[in-house]
Amino acid sequence: MELNGGSVVAMIGKDCVAIASDLRLGNQAVGVASNFDKVFPVNDKLYYGLPGLATDVYTLKEHLRFRVNMYRMKEEREITPKTFTHLVSSTLYEKRFGPFFIEPVVAGLPTPTELDPHPKPFISTMDTIGCITTPKDFAVAGTAADKLYGVAEGLWEPDLEPEDLFETVSQTLLNAVDRDALSGWGAVVHIITQDKVITRTLRARMD
Amino acid sequence: MECSFGLTGKDYVLLCSDMSAGRSIIRMKSDENKIKTLGPHLAMAYGGEPGDTNNFAEYVERNMRLYHIRNHYPLLPEPASAWIRRTLAESIRSRHPYSVNLLLAGYDTTTTKPHLYWIDYLGTKAVVPYAAHGMGVYVSLSTMDKWWFNDMNKREGVEVLKKCVDEVKKRITINFNFNCILIDKDGIHHINIESEDPISEYEAAQPKDTVVEAPNPPLDVGVTA
Repeated sequence: MELNGGSVVAMIGKDCVAIASDLRLGNQAVGVASNFDKVFPVNDKLYYGLPGLATDVYTLKEHLRFRVNMYRMKEEREITPKTFTHLVSSTLYEKRFGPFFIEPVVAGLPTPTELDPHPKPFISTMDTIGCITTPKDFAVAGTAADKLYGVAEGLWEPDLEPEDLFETVSQTLLNAVDRDALSGWGAVVHIITQDKVITRTLRARMD
Repeated sequence: MECSFGLTGKDYVLLCSDMSAGRSIIRMKSDENKIKTLGPHLAMAYGGEPGDTNNFAEYVERNMRLYHIRNHYPLLPEPASAWIRRTLAESIRSRHPYSVNLLLAGYDTTTTKPHLYWIDYLGTKAVVPYAAHGMGVYVSLSTMDKWWFNDMNKREGVEVLKKCVDEVKKRITINFNFNCILIDKDGIHHINIESEDPISEYEAAQPKDTVVEAPNPPLDVGVTA
């Protein structure tokens, strides 16, 4: 965690979710790259963020890509956010006694079905060995997690529209990472709605 | 006690590494080549635990060659970086991990774009325009932050590299000798970073004199479609 740095935050809005991360990759105090994205898409309704040890970010990302592709081929349908969370969780728990040093955050919109025509936006987060938490408001992880909690607690409110949610999540992330030496160096924000995903790259303090 | 850096330009990538080899404070060699050619347009500068470095570099070199023989074309920089990263990532969680840090530089002949990858012994990979490993990090990164810009031509690139070497000589107590290569569409070339105008020198010696010996062209192994 403290080796490479990096933070991720996810928030629930009104029929939308947001997930954002910083772009720093460091080697302790030395900044190495400012283009290290930690948030990846599963499909156009589901994104996940992997803050933590950078080598495990790659390894886990590739492993999950494989597992999701296998799921898609076998089931002939897209994976739901809830199922994906359990997939990530069990992948992490497989390495219970030699864990991936990653605290994943999942954010997605479940597709409406006959059984559940109006599904709620979904976010979840895990610890390094896959213990799931499913908050109703926001989820934070990474080296700036404690700061993110503080700012998110102050800024978040229920039922935010996509553009308002964008502002809230952006301000939360930017202000939290500015207080963290290991996070920052730019940020990327994804707003997931039923008909589109808005991705914006934010300029941030470069120190 | 090592130092390497690399930077990308418009249609080339430069890689520079020190040439010292030794143990703790003793230097036993000052002309050790720590840049390995991995293919016609791919090379890496490596450092770390002395035995691991050469062993790992040769392992990578032979696997790249094997791919070239089997497929009749070399592995491009991006997939090569993914393979090397994966090898190191698997190694770090094994009983005997390789302790090797490297800078991978390559020129993609299909897109005509230069590539530079910062990879460490954990399997951390960063795609970067300029990077450094070892002691050089503390002085050359800030030098490149100041002087590097997008789409530099070869002369401008070498100027920045010289600034880095000068900074290392000025600020680091240890004396290093540097070994430098340039990869462009024509392949890998040696650059004499100590000379006044390395680019003119290397251009004068074109085309074949300075070309670094790369693995042989694809062999006919009797496989036809």
